[in-house]
Amino acid sequence: MNEQALLGLADDELVLGWRDSEWTGIAPMLEEDVAFSSISQNEIGHARAVYDLLVGEDGDADALAFDRRPEEYRCAPLVELHLLEWAHTIARRWLYEVADEIRVTSLKADSDSAVAGLAAKIDREEAYHRMHAEMWHGRLRDEPRFQAAVEELWPYALGVLPAELRGELATRVGLAEVEPVERGTHVDDWPSLWDEMTMVRRSAPAGAQW
Amino acid sequence: MVAEAQVWEALDEIPDPEIPVVSLVDLGVIRSVDVEEGQVRIEFTPTFLGCPALEFMKRAIEEKVPGAEVKVIQDDSWSTDKITPAGREKLRAAGFAPPAPRLVQLQSQVHRCPYCGSTETKLENIFGPTPCRSLRYCESCRQPFEQFKTI
Repeated sequence: MNEQALLGLADDELVLGWRDSEWTGIAPMLEEDVAFSSISQNEIGHARAVYDLLVGEDGDADALAFDRRPEEYRCAPLVELHLLEWAHTIARRWLYEVADEIRVTSLKADSDSAVAGLAAKIDREEAYHRMHAEMWHGRLRDEPRFQAAVEELWPYALGVLPAELRGELATRVGLAEVEPVERGTHVDDWPSLWDEMTMVRRSAPAGAQW
Repeated sequence: MVAEAQVWEALDEIPDPEIPVVSLVDLGVIRSVDVEEGQVRIEFTPTFLGCPALEFMKRAIEEKVPGAEVKVIQDDSWSTDKITPAGREKLRAAGFAPPAPRLVQLQSQVHRCPYCGSTETKLENIFGPTPCRSLRYCESCRQPFEQFKTI
């Protein structure tokens, strides 16, 4: 089991789930309010399952998810970006889902059956995220604003995948490979999100009771 | 001494927290029940990984079968094909279109209205009130309905 790669996947899903949920209550259409909330719920569920796998049966997934310093997170910078603008949000969703499909497909063939099984379960749910992303991509792909957003986010999208899978992403998206924004670096939007995300945990280290 | 069949019966009395017309057994999320020297072991799988009712279900099982060891298994053993025929019928009767079998779904993309049976239905939203549901509209009887997603 490649723990760093799995931690990267879990951090991506947690942080993107957090970012996409920023549309809850304020999306441009009620349908999208529901869609973004639901997708976020799924992504955070995937993160939880992968953290659970990483910490083992008696481990504490919350501790892994929330007790690290901001620089210790392994998420791709793509998911950290604060993008409360529709063209950019949809560009990120679409680029991320294409990249994530390539990654999850490769994990389904993992030699560790626990990893492969969880990847297969995640993939069943992601099919609906992809439908949503493709529907929006179909609507917006001829819009200059959307195309500009895709161009802008493209180096970040490449950073979601390890080097050996980037060629496939470039082919699927129809763009040439460029210098990627690599995992392990962080964008300026990240510290404030980390602060918000970990606030409850830091205020009640023994575990908040609801 | 508790028999395996009694455990299944008890579990069949636990309603799904989000769609209470079906039980956990109807949903097919109970993966195994094992009774050995009086110790009951129950394994269950979540439907969707982000299901907020997971802990709730686990507690409900522990309360219903006192002393049982309950384990959540996060592998790929559950799909909507595991919902029992009785469970599908209960869903339909309550106005939830049961999920099409995976094989059928992948080939045909046909969705039947749970009220009038028509296949003249259209997708309103891929996402609905919980992760497992989509929203559709029946053009024959003009009834909006919830479709259990095939996964």
